[in-house]
Amino acid sequence: MTRRRKRLVLIGLLMVGVAAAAMLALTAFQQNLLYFFSPSQVAAGEAPPDYPFRLGGLVAAQSVERVSGSLDVRFQVTDGNRSIPVTYTGVLPDLFREGQGVVAHGQLDADGVFRADQVLAKHDEEYMPPEVKKALQVSDNGTDPSRHASGGEP
Amino acid sequence: MWIWLHRLGSPPYFYRFAGRLLPWLWTACLVCLGVGLYWGLVVAPPDYQQGDSYRIMFIHVPSAWLSLLSYVLMASFSAAALIWRVKVAEVLARSIAPLGASFTFIALVSGSLWGKPMWGTWWVWDARLTSELILLFLYLGFIALASAFDDPRRAARAAGLLAIVGVVNVPIIHFSVQWWNTLHQGPTVSKLGSPSIALSMLLPLLVMVVALHLYLLAALLQKARCELIARERSSRWVNDLLPGRGVGDELA
Repeated sequence: MTRRRKRLVLIGLLMVGVAAAAMLALTAFQQNLLYFFSPSQVAAGEAPPDYPFRLGGLVAAQSVERVSGSLDVRFQVTDGNRSIPVTYTGVLPDLFREGQGVVAHGQLDADGVFRADQVLAKHDEEYMPPEVKKALQVSDNGTDPSRHASGGEP
Repeated sequence: MWIWLHRLGSPPYFYRFAGRLLPWLWTACLVCLGVGLYWGLVVAPPDYQQGDSYRIMFIHVPSAWLSLLSYVLMASFSAAALIWRVKVAEVLARSIAPLGASFTFIALVSGSLWGKPMWGTWWVWDARLTSELILLFLYLGFIALASAFDDPRRAARAAGLLAIVGVVNVPIIHFSVQWWNTLHQGPTVSKLGSPSIALSMLLPLLVMVVALHLYLLAALLQKARCELIARERSSRWVNDLLPGRGVGDELA
């Protein structure tokens, strides 16, 4: 074996070793690397009961209730299967709205209500101009999108 | 191909080759940068949800991609330097490190500026953001280690090992948004099937991506040329570059 070949093999082995070590470490820390729990995971009891954790999901449609005269807000966070009621007091991010992804930090109380002390908006990976979004929504409702797109909407 | 690569490994040939390429690269880079910035910041439509804030993407996304590409290149140059002892590869690895660190820094800062209005926070410790921060530390560690030795060849060997070990972080950064729940959203452009971004936004983004790739290449070659003549300052071919000196003249 030439010295070059030897170095090539050594470096190859080094990389395989480091990759294996990293994989084992990441698998071992799988739980700790989860940034948030979904409502289904919380319902299945996977979230820590007595410690603060993060809850992530979509704000359920028609669930946001604001208490007039204060910053209190109540809403449901859902992942399609389960939903968890959340209460929060404070200013919400610009992107917060029904149907939008959020990540809330807080703790479950005895009644199963999640008391959040921080609410962050999680946006999806879709980018499009407003007109396209409008056209897509119309086509979802069963209307002919091509007619709409050429219809000269304001 | 192999013969050409072999010739590129010779310092004088590399120096002349890079010198001929540079004006073209800089011109193309500036043109793309101008077109991309104007198209992205002025012509492209606002986003349906994020309005004009999404335009940070035209800086953030290419920088983040290039921070990863620069690292892979740095590790590959280091591997070539360690295995075949190619001096030009050592110089290239040393020269790309500050560029990659800058791209990482820009990606982190622009992402933070984007996160505040959209997510509601400057920083969270989710898997994507944390692993990108580790990338910045890897670059800084490489630069520190490469500067810690007086002998440039020993420095290249020590820092090269760090670069190769650290390359394990690159797939972690890339796949972090798929492996774990993160606040950072999933991939947009590389998503299998159709990218979930309107064409009027994707095209200026791609122009910006090309512009920054050209910048990386041009800046890398420029820096590597300087580094190369600094290292080879006592060699015959560098002395021959100096005007008014005959072959074989000694530097005072």
